[in-house]
Amino acid sequence: MLRFLSLFAVIFALAVPAAAQDTTVDSRAATGGAQTLADILERQEGLKVDDAFRSEATGNPDVAAPVSDQLGTLGGASDPELWRAFRYGSADISTQNRGPAATTVIQDGGMWWLEFREGALLQIAMYLLGGTLVALTLFYLIRGRIKIDGEKTGRTITRFKAFERFGHWLLASSFIVLGLTGLFSLIGRKVLIPLFGHETFSFLAVGSKWVHNNISWAFIIALFIIFFVWVVHNIPDRTDLRWLAKAGGLFGGEHPPAKKFNAGQKLIFWAVIVLGGSIAVSGLSLLFPFEINLFGHTFSTLNGWGVPGWFGATELPYPLSPQEEMQYAQLWHALISLILTAIIFAHIYLGSVGMEGAFDAMGKGEVEEQWAREHHSLWVQGVLGADPVEKENSK
Amino acid sequence: MKPFILALLALVVISVGANQILMNSGFSSADASTSDKSVRLSD
Repeated sequence: MLRFLSLFAVIFALAVPAAAQDTTVDSRAATGGAQTLADILERQEGLKVDDAFRSEATGNPDVAAPVSDQLGTLGGASDPELWRAFRYGSADISTQNRGPAATTVIQDGGMWWLEFREGALLQIAMYLLGGTLVALTLFYLIRGRIKIDGEKTGRTITRFKAFERFGHWLLASSFIVLGLTGLFSLIGRKVLIPLFGHETFSFLAVGSKWVHNNISWAFIIALFIIFFVWVVHNIPDRTDLRWLAKAGGLFGGEHPPAKKFNAGQKLIFWAVIVLGGSIAVSGLSLLFPFEINLFGHTFSTLNGWGVPGWFGATELPYPLSPQEEMQYAQLWHALISLILTAIIFAHIYLGSVGMEGAFDAMGKGEVEEQWAREHHSLWVQGVLGADPVEKENSK
Repeated sequence: MKPFILALLALVVISVGANQILMNSGFSSADASTSDKSVRLSD
């Protein structure tokens, strides 16, 4: 019995302080109304923390002391309370600026965007662009340059007319400049300032912003030109399935038949039109801040259809503040641009060092007839008529 | 080669032209978001 009582005494002695500790940790009163250990632990676990104890502690002007008293000149709110009101958007602000976001002095909800833009987004850019360049280099080392298999004829066929090449080069040159200046804006603070210093980066940043904003119009015009000039030749058909089934003849040595554009080129075309169009629209949203809001309505529609639930995700945020619209537009603009840039790396590779005779198509507009017969046999038949030898064999 | 040179020329012309049009059309952020109605003229 004595043993039992002593065991009970030990358990009781250990349990009481533990229980006392639990109650003091979670008590808001114990921290004087500030955040508790439980709040900190929840935040560290990425859980949603109820900020009401902070967001609602913004003072009360109705019970303010007269201006002649101590604290009276602040109108019933201390400095911390005033800053909290700024942070949670409840401060009564009067400003000369008439922009939609003028009264949001501190946007607390934008921290995730800032952290993503300065961290994960830069890593995505590095892995996507760097990875594509490494993959293309490896492909070149393994496969080598794709050569013209047959004997060259010395004759050429007009592949692209002058206006087609003008549209292509307008799009290509504007895209390259936009890509470089866009990367300056995206990674400049992290990469260029340590390399060149603040003053040089400032000059580059101001210049690249001007160039990026204004060259964008040339990109949009070129996008329309190539769409209208080439869309007819880029409608998918059965030839593309056969071409894709043989991977375009990249590895087998066989050349699957193709029309003016093969399935690979059609994929590039539609990637440029769809992704380029999306970059252009999100770019316009950034060029005219708060005028073109793309994401709030889209998120609301997707939520209505239950799309986030299909992937086990919670509902997309809605409504969005003006700053959030711009933040989503910036992330979308950057991510889609990075994806399109990686695709264009592959396009540039195959159109230059990757394939013998390919650059002539855009460089001179004329291609070696044998090259055309190997890579676009159906197109050549349409332009020149069937090969005399093939015609003979088919009899 | 000529289409390439023409494309570069067009790139410059479109960029400078677009900038001039926007600058002279009141599309700058300053023009779009400020107002003279809230200027405090006196204490």
